[in-house]
Amino acid sequence: MSAVEIIELTKDYPYGFWRRRFRRALDHLNLSVEAGEVFGLLGPNGAGKTTTLKLLLRLIYPTAGTARILGYSIDDIEVHRRVGYLPEAPYFYDYLTAWEFLEYCGQLAGLSRMLCRQRVGELIDRLSLRGVEHVGLRKYSRGMLQRVGLAQALLNDPEVVFLDEPVLGLDPVGRREVRDLILELRARGKTVFLATHILPDVEMLCDRVAILNQGRLHGLGTLGEILKLAVEGIEVQLGRVSAPLLEELARQADHVHTAGDKVTVRLRAEGALDAVLDAVRRHGARLEAVTPIRRSLEDYFFEQFGSERVPDLQERA
Amino acid sequence: MWQRITAIAFNTFREAVRDRVLYNLILFALLLIGTAILFGQISIGVQKLILINLGLTAITLFGLAIAIFIGIGLVYKEMDKRTLYALLSKPVRRGEFILGKFLGLGLTLLVNTLLMTVGFFAALYYVKRSLELADWYLLTAIYFIFLGLMLATVLALFFSCFSSPILSAVFTAALFLVGSFSADLRELAAAVKAPWLDGMMTSLYYVLPNFRNFNVITIVSHGHAVPTAAVVLNTAYALLYVGLVLAASSLIFRNRNLK
Repeated sequence: MSAVEIIELTKDYPYGFWRRRFRRALDHLNLSVEAGEVFGLLGPNGAGKTTTLKLLLRLIYPTAGTARILGYSIDDIEVHRRVGYLPEAPYFYDYLTAWEFLEYCGQLAGLSRMLCRQRVGELIDRLSLRGVEHVGLRKYSRGMLQRVGLAQALLNDPEVVFLDEPVLGLDPVGRREVRDLILELRARGKTVFLATHILPDVEMLCDRVAILNQGRLHGLGTLGEILKLAVEGIEVQLGRVSAPLLEELARQADHVHTAGDKVTVRLRAEGALDAVLDAVRRHGARLEAVTPIRRSLEDYFFEQFGSERVPDLQERA
Repeated sequence: MWQRITAIAFNTFREAVRDRVLYNLILFALLLIGTAILFGQISIGVQKLILINLGLTAITLFGLAIAIFIGIGLVYKEMDKRTLYALLSKPVRRGEFILGKFLGLGLTLLVNTLLMTVGFFAALYYVKRSLELADWYLLTAIYFIFLGLMLATVLALFFSCFSSPILSAVFTAALFLVGSFSADLRELAAAVKAPWLDGMMTSLYYVLPNFRNFNVITIVSHGHAVPTAAVVLNTAYALLYVGLVLAASSLIFRNRNLK
């Protein structure tokens, strides 16, 4: 059984003074997520990622189509006992402390008082909130709020977790912790449905991805299937490069880049590698790395949607 | 279900307390002390009458201010700040959310009104140096004020489900004003003697909330008891009206797409 099954899901937003015109945010989306996988939903701004999550959580209602989570229709509120959700850029009641807020969420999730306290304590520790759990949320930084958001999403030990931009606003340490948390969830057999802009995280975490643009599905499968991960060239990094070697490399390579005492050589054909390595040996240079160049998700986005729509490159880890 | 509703209600009450809503009690206390000192020189009968009228009017207006200004944000603020996202991803039905929010503000108003009542009776005792049976009739008036505040709260909550806070405040205040003079609508229709106007005004009289029936300040301030029938009817009316508006609010909110 699929953990999440989306069937022809469509959402139109009305606009204009009379609200008689419509903008299509999601267009007949079909996809299924298997139990136990980390699934990434990717796309530029306005692609329909958050809309998809909000539809699945009944925060908004579909214009057409439906979806099932763990076999339940999304209209069945009972499914919310078995899922968790981290909204994008979460904002919580700033008059509460983290502990009070998480206890409140636990009560709403139907946890018994004892279990609720136990789970809150565990998650406070797991998300490094110990020591600040009795401080008002109004004093929390963006990253700390994100951790509280993750904690509330995991309170009921959900089988399916929906995360909307889970590492947004986190520092490198926080990002690493969240990535580890997602991998831990997968190891425990949970299904993680991830909507994100951060491409390296997707490459690192996701078993399969769906690529959305302007509400339409542009690709679905493993990263390898989508990016057609053939080796597109080879990158050689060298040290102690003499001037004659640099001249020889410039003739043989497609691109030579010098930064300080490091030289990076790019070769399009695999056959050129032997000649370059011979030259390196002859001139006594130091070989530091030989890396096959594969198409990255970033390249895919550039090709598909143009540089204007590449998801936040500055967000790269 | 009730666990979730209680949790939402308690959290709404906690928000009001932490937002220092109950600070209005200080203003109320100052008003009563000021009245007692200012009118302390006049005869006890007049002083008592002024204190009762001023005290009960103050309980109404302070409560109304809380009902409107918090009520209009009950749903709107949660949608605007997106705090609702995390809540509604839990097994919480939208109707439960509406009911919990209403009960939370109701609890706030109950505590506020009870504390004001204690202060009011303390001021009355200070002025008269004793309390007699007729003074306890004032409790009926305060109970009616509380029922009226519940009505105002549910109206503010209703508007909060689909309108901006400013418009919600205007609509609720306007309904309170019109509802306080609703009997005049029928008298107006009778005076004009136009059948179409008579029908319209009579319909409006029944549809609009009748706040006038909850105002018995004049009766109790002169030491008269409020008939039991009026207590029963007013209670039934308030319950019915609140129930209907809550149902309408839930229906509207249930179909709303969050932004």
